[in-house]
Amino acid sequence: MTTATKKIHVTTTVNGESVEFLCEPRNSLLEVLRDTLGLTGCKEGCNNGNCGACTVIINKRPVNSCLVLGVEAEGAEIETVEGIADARGLHPIQDCFLEGAALQCGICTPGFLVSAKALLEKKPGASEETIRFDLSGNLCRCTGYDKIVRAIQEADKQLSASTDDSKTND
Amino acid sequence: MKDFQYAAPTTIQDATSLLTEHGSGARILAGGTDIIVQLREGLREADIVVDIKKIPELSDCQYSDVSGLYLGAAVACCDIYENADLAGRYGALADSTHIIGGWQIQSRASVGGNLCNASPAADTIPALIALNAEAQVTGPAGQRTIAVAAFCKGPGKNALVDGEFVVAIKIPPQSANMGSAYQRFIPRNEMDIAVVGVGSWIELDTVGNIANARLSLGAVAATPLFAEEASQFLVGKEPNDDNFALAAELAKQIVTPITDMRGTAQYRTHLVGVLVKRTLTTALARAQA
Ligand SMILES: Cc1cc2nc3c(=O)[nH]c(=O)nc-3n(C[C@H](O)[C@H](O)[C@H](O)COP(=O)(O)OP(=O)(O)OC[C@H]3O[C@@H](n4cnc5c(N)ncnc54)[C@H](O)[C@@H]3O)c2cc1C
Ligand code: FES
Ligand code: FES
Repeated sequence: MTTATKKIHVTTTVNGESVEFLCEPRNSLLEVLRDTLGLTGCKEGCNNGNCGACTVIINKRPVNSCLVLGVEAEGAEIETVEGIADARGLHPIQDCFLEGAALQCGICTPGFLVSAKALLEKKPGASEETIRFDLSGNLCRCTGYDKIVRAIQEADKQLSASTDDSKTND
Repeated sequence: MKDFQYAAPTTIQDATSLLTEHGSGARILAGGTDIIVQLREGLREADIVVDIKKIPELSDCQYSDVSGLYLGAAVACCDIYENADLAGRYGALADSTHIIGGWQIQSRASVGGNLCNASPAADTIPALIALNAEAQVTGPAGQRTIAVAAFCKGPGKNALVDGEFVVAIKIPPQSANMGSAYQRFIPRNEMDIAVVGVGSWIELDTVGNIANARLSLGAVAATPLFAEEASQFLVGKEPNDDNFALAAELAKQIVTPITDMRGTAQYRTHLVGVLVKRTLTTALARAQA
């Protein structure tokens, strides 16, 4: 094609804040997040849907941002790894990854954190088998997965204990 | 990736005009889990990508005991297996949508996309054939219906002509005496392409014999296959291991598998027999439940 394609104006919500950006139709959401919005937490591993390093949540569902076009984000609600910690500090899943040494090189970690948070919100008390099956779209070349699974199980315990506490406090 | 334009029409009419105007230069985008990879890797090209997810008819999903299931072509896999009512009725469809890629893929990948991509190893296609599904297609010349068993024309080739697209998949209603299952063999536990995939559907009569059956096979020919003779053989028979084994032998006779890194032709043929028996056993248990 000789004429350059016009950039498209997109309005979306990222980690609770309204965000606008311009992108070409062929730009992936991963490129937009990293290069345009400076949210470099999501990583490019394979760029073809296999590794999960680029995982973000769109409208409550984990997706590979390398397989979403930036223009598809119009009107969506996006959560990235940058939105997991809050003003009080790290999220229990993040703490448990640190305490449990669930990472080595760390390139897979943001994707695992995002998927694990989605998993524990949806299926608190998930069995080891469920955790392994539901996180099969996240690959790790370093840890051998056991420490990741244990960190997620520990975070699950802490999260359910804190909801139990808040119930008894009521 | 080569530059392209993007459009997200909100009506079937607008989508049809765009697709007709751009002909073979237009590519449909549903969940994007095949097409974005193919465009990026230069396996396919597009002047314009037409996102069909904003068209209400393509995201609709409804069941009635009279007309059966209307499954909008763009409905994502997770919306199918997470819907307990639907998953209970259409076991084979739930089985297949639950193993496509991982969770991230299932959040986006659609059954319409899996069908239209026409991979010989696509997981939902044997499930759809076993369930006797049809594709409801629309195009510049109006609407038509294509049986899923006749939809694939070769690896990556389907029966659609320029300007046409799949609006919905329709599957006959299911009653309590029917059951279906899909299983594939892969060397890993998850996230791999089927070495062989088999879908089975059976209907039991009032005394518990097989009133009707449909078997279908994936990854053993250029397109997913309906195993007609093996299906017919089961009609009127008692649903037992011996008859399942005989049906499995008949199914093995129609396959023309290739030998590749995932398995030899001989191994694939053997797997057809194993999976026909296993899926029939699961389908039977579901029909009896
Ligand atoms: C990591 C990974 C793992 C995967 N694992 C599996 C697996 O285990 N099993 C499996 O079967 N597949 C697998 N796939 C392939 C893919 O996810 C599926 O084929 C998926 O169902 C495609 O659906 P989609 O909505 O993403 O299609 P898209 O990519 O949007 O479209 C696929 C093709 O169909 C066309 N199309 C889409 N919708 C329509 C329509 N309504 N009418 C006409 N044409 C249409 C598109 O133009 C394109 O050519 C995997 C892919 C990845 C990246
Ligand atoms: S970079 Fe997206 S899945 Fe690997
Ligand atoms: S820590 Fe290196 S890939 Fe997971």
